[in-house]
Amino acid sequence: MSDLLAARSQMAISLAFHIIFAVIGIAMPLMMVLAERRWQVTGHAIYLDLAKRWAKGTAILFAVGAVSGTVLSFELGLLWPRFMEFAGPIVGMPFSLEGFAFFTEAIFLGIYLYGWDRISPRAHLWAGVAVAVSGAASGVFVVIANAWMNAPAGFELVNGHAVNVDPIAAMANAAAVSQTLHMTLAAYAATGFAVAGIHALLLLKDPANAFHRRALEIALLVGAPAAVLQPLSGDLSARHLAVHQPVKLAAAEALFRTQPGAPLTLIGWPDVAAQEMRLAVEIPYALSLLAFHDPHAVVQGLDQVPPAEWPNVPAVYLSFRVMVALGGYLALVALWAAWLAWRQRDLAHHRWLMRAIALATPMGFIAVEAGWMVTELGRQPWVIYGVLKTRDAVTPMPGLVVPFVTFTLLYCFLGVIVAWLLYRHIIRSPAVPEWRGFYMPGGGMRDAGGGS
Amino acid sequence: MTLAAWLAGVIFLALNAYAVLGGADFGGGVWDLLALGSRKERQRELIAEAIGPVWEANHVWLILAIVLLFTCFPPAFARLGTLLHIPLSLVLIGIVLRGSAFTFWRYGADEEQRHWGMVFAIASLITPCLLGTTAGTIASGALGEGGGPKGDGFYAIYVAPWLSPFPLSVGLFALIAFAFLAAVYLTLEARERELQEDFRRRALAGGVGLFLAAVVALLLSLDGAPRVRDGLIFAAWALPLHLLTAAAAITALAALWVRRWRVARVAAVTQVSLILWGWALSQYPYILPPDLSIASAAAPAATLRLVLGALALGAIVLLPSLYYLLRVFKRSARLT
Repeated sequence: MSDLLAARSQMAISLAFHIIFAVIGIAMPLMMVLAERRWQVTGHAIYLDLAKRWAKGTAILFAVGAVSGTVLSFELGLLWPRFMEFAGPIVGMPFSLEGFAFFTEAIFLGIYLYGWDRISPRAHLWAGVAVAVSGAASGVFVVIANAWMNAPAGFELVNGHAVNVDPIAAMANAAAVSQTLHMTLAAYAATGFAVAGIHALLLLKDPANAFHRRALEIALLVGAPAAVLQPLSGDLSARHLAVHQPVKLAAAEALFRTQPGAPLTLIGWPDVAAQEMRLAVEIPYALSLLAFHDPHAVVQGLDQVPPAEWPNVPAVYLSFRVMVALGGYLALVALWAAWLAWRQRDLAHHRWLMRAIALATPMGFIAVEAGWMVTELGRQPWVIYGVLKTRDAVTPMPGLVVPFVTFTLLYCFLGVIVAWLLYRHIIRSPAVPEWRGFYMPGGGMRDAGGGS
Repeated sequence: MTLAAWLAGVIFLALNAYAVLGGADFGGGVWDLLALGSRKERQRELIAEAIGPVWEANHVWLILAIVLLFTCFPPAFARLGTLLHIPLSLVLIGIVLRGSAFTFWRYGADEEQRHWGMVFAIASLITPCLLGTTAGTIASGALGEGGGPKGDGFYAIYVAPWLSPFPLSVGLFALIAFAFLAAVYLTLEARERELQEDFRRRALAGGVGLFLAAVVALLLSLDGAPRVRDGLIFAAWALPLHLLTAAAAITALAALWVRRWRVARVAAVTQVSLILWGWALSQYPYILPPDLSIASAAAPAATLRLVLGALALGAIVLLPSLYYLLRVFKRSARLT
């Protein structure tokens, strides 16, 4: 394994691990606040139990997210010192803002978790709101920094040095809006459906369990709207790529040849050596239509750049398909659930819907990982698109396979522990006998009555 | 003072905050490891209760310092990341294990709790040593261009600069300083007289240990960190600073002796902060002595101005929030 590959792998593992916790850290506080608000409005203890369990889950996941995020901020310098030396002054600004947002999140999470009986209920709820808002804000700032790597702006390149640095223009880069929107929605959709899926699985065994019914409602309330909106934000991203990152789009679609009226490949395998699709099933004009909203528009292919500057086409192509397929599934299930809820059907007793939601449990997270594969692998060989190659950014230190293996083992170990703890303390049905079989007809969010 | 120097000052202030707040959380882990006697479970419980609500917020000071460093002084960050790859990676492993083990310990089931408690405590012991070693390596002047590696093997470039007596002595010093701070704070957190006395004894021992570690580090600096040595002995500000630091140290010990806990806390924080600022002053105007200066490492003025603006805005959100956090959880405990 070369040092460059080891450094890239370590970064990939660190990001892939951290993104799970970051995504949950954005969406979980919203669910916990919604549950607490339901408790304050209805006085129903089941919502309090839910809020406390989700808060506990948030505590565990936030801690792991905070420390794995620290690892990433250091790794930027440990693995990519030349990238940071160049990019720091230009795009350090959103990182600094993220620092503040993260600080606010940590402070109010401490208050929320340990302040149940130290501050007033109203102050406690607002502390939770502060966690949810600052969590989303810190995600947005970090994604803005990543967007800049894809669509660099805010400087001029003179003899390899950045001059006329303008950090505001760097933050307002062309990819910022589409990427932050896509990632924020992804966080709510992935977390909402993961939680909904777990409770749907438990409801299949015990459809009358009031605890899981309430959990499912709130999780769907967070996940379903985001999942429905996500394809629209994906359209925005695709149109951005077509103009600003044509090579990434060409790799995602495995479009070797620049052409007008480009087709969209549904099935097929890209043969990079022969520069053509094998076994392709295509929709004519569809790619031009999606990328430019014009069936005859010219879509740039991989032939615009020499093959040495191509990303790993099969990997990007496959990741893109995985992301779109899973995201599409979530959107369809969300629409189905919304339709049934609108028809006032009892969702928890709808076994096919519960099966469909249970199946969705890991999908949002797999889609998030696949999406990051598209955006990161699709930018290669560049770390800053068109400006700095990844191989020129890596640290000169040899033996990078050692830290790569070490951090991989560390993260595998932590992942197993976290999954086990979540199962033990958050997901398992509560031991309150009357909540089992606490069946209230009608379903939906309206039937929150009952005594506690 | 230039804009860059102000920002360097802000970064150092964040590190100062990390040392006296986050450092003490590591120190708490050290006392967890060294918990002794019939009250050892109660000591551990007190430590965990003190750390629980605040350790994540305290930890963010380090992240803030790092992002400000790579935004405002990118060449310094790049050099640190390259030459201190090994100790910084170990610091990260320590930070990951400390934070997650603490959380697993607090939220885990009873039977596995003690294992996580051990991981938490051992990570709390090792991480401060490595953090201090990193600081000591910077002070030794081995990371500037001119102080570069003596040789060109892997060991000479990536290991020798930090695996030498002076940086390691600073690591030991940091460990004892964090443990000392934690013990002083815990006298105020304790709700029982016996626990208060336990941590009073630990704080007194820590204070004496800190003095000895300072003497060792200073002696080793004669050979290992010439700039620091010259600054701390010959500069015009050296004598007043030493007198102030000594006064704070003596006040802290005396206040512990007569059980004036609040005075002891203020004095201990002052003492550790003055030591840190003594280090900063001794290497000013260099970020990485002997030759990477604040001015030559600074980002363009446009960036620095914006960061300063963002800091002002951030402080408006941050300081009231922090005050609220500490007011909710750190109101002085009543003895029962």
